[in-house]
Amino acid sequence: MAELIATSATEGLVPVLHGPFTLTDAAPARITSVAPFNGKEKAVSAALKKALGLAFPAPNCALAKAEARIVWTGRGQAFLLDADPAPLAGLAALTDQTDAWAALRLAGPGADQVLARLIPLDLRPAVFADGAAARSALGHMMAVIWREGDGFVLLVMRSMARTAVHEIAAAMSAVAARG
Amino acid sequence: MRIHCPLCGQRDRREFTYYGADDFLRRPGEGAAPEAWDNYLHLRDNPAGVTRDLWYHDMGCSSWLVVERNTVTHAVLSVRLAAEAEGAA
Repeated sequence: MAELIATSATEGLVPVLHGPFTLTDAAPARITSVAPFNGKEKAVSAALKKALGLAFPAPNCALAKAEARIVWTGRGQAFLLDADPAPLAGLAALTDQTDAWAALRLAGPGADQVLARLIPLDLRPAVFADGAAARSALGHMMAVIWREGDGFVLLVMRSMARTAVHEIAAAMSAVAARG
Repeated sequence: MRIHCPLCGQRDRREFTYYGADDFLRRPGEGAAPEAWDNYLHLRDNPAGVTRDLWYHDMGCSSWLVVERNTVTHAVLSVRLAAEAEGAA
């Protein structure tokens, strides 16, 4: 048997540094899509609370507790990150999506100005604060976005990794050049 | 043009895909008359005024929406989840 080594979707593409901005890999160890079965949303929330101290997030919200995070990603769907979804078995449709997404962390003061060139949302701290998440467009790519510290984490489909890094790097260098 | 998605909030037109009249929510039942199917598949009103359409929030929360808008003034009057719309199949 050949020995296969898993590589991140952004292998060889990041880190990218421009002025005060850094773009790095943010791949979670595990991504599970959680879609509660009809009428089971409260039960899912209770199970998350018991097992991980989390809840099923409201639209446009992300919750974190220790390593585990859960991010709202659409109607009746959230992504559970870096946590074992076993306690939700039977309550929600669970699918492993760890390898399906490229995850990037954009950090630095004014990172919202970089993303303003690509994402049609107001991502300034006053509007898009800690705990905020969104599904939106990054250029022509669909993306999941949430705030983390002084920056953002972005998920795009794995096949879009190269394009996403290229687009964000171009925006980073343009905003950095303006000083 | 902006559409106020009931889940995501106010969003840009580019996040949505237009599908057609909300007639598609009212599929005739099994054994319906051919006229009902003809109407469902082919016959559309073309109002100068208030109309109701289906839009898909494909770059956002993946919800189907019923958008009520005015074709004369371009005002968007209301947006609801198709899943919660009256008469939805």
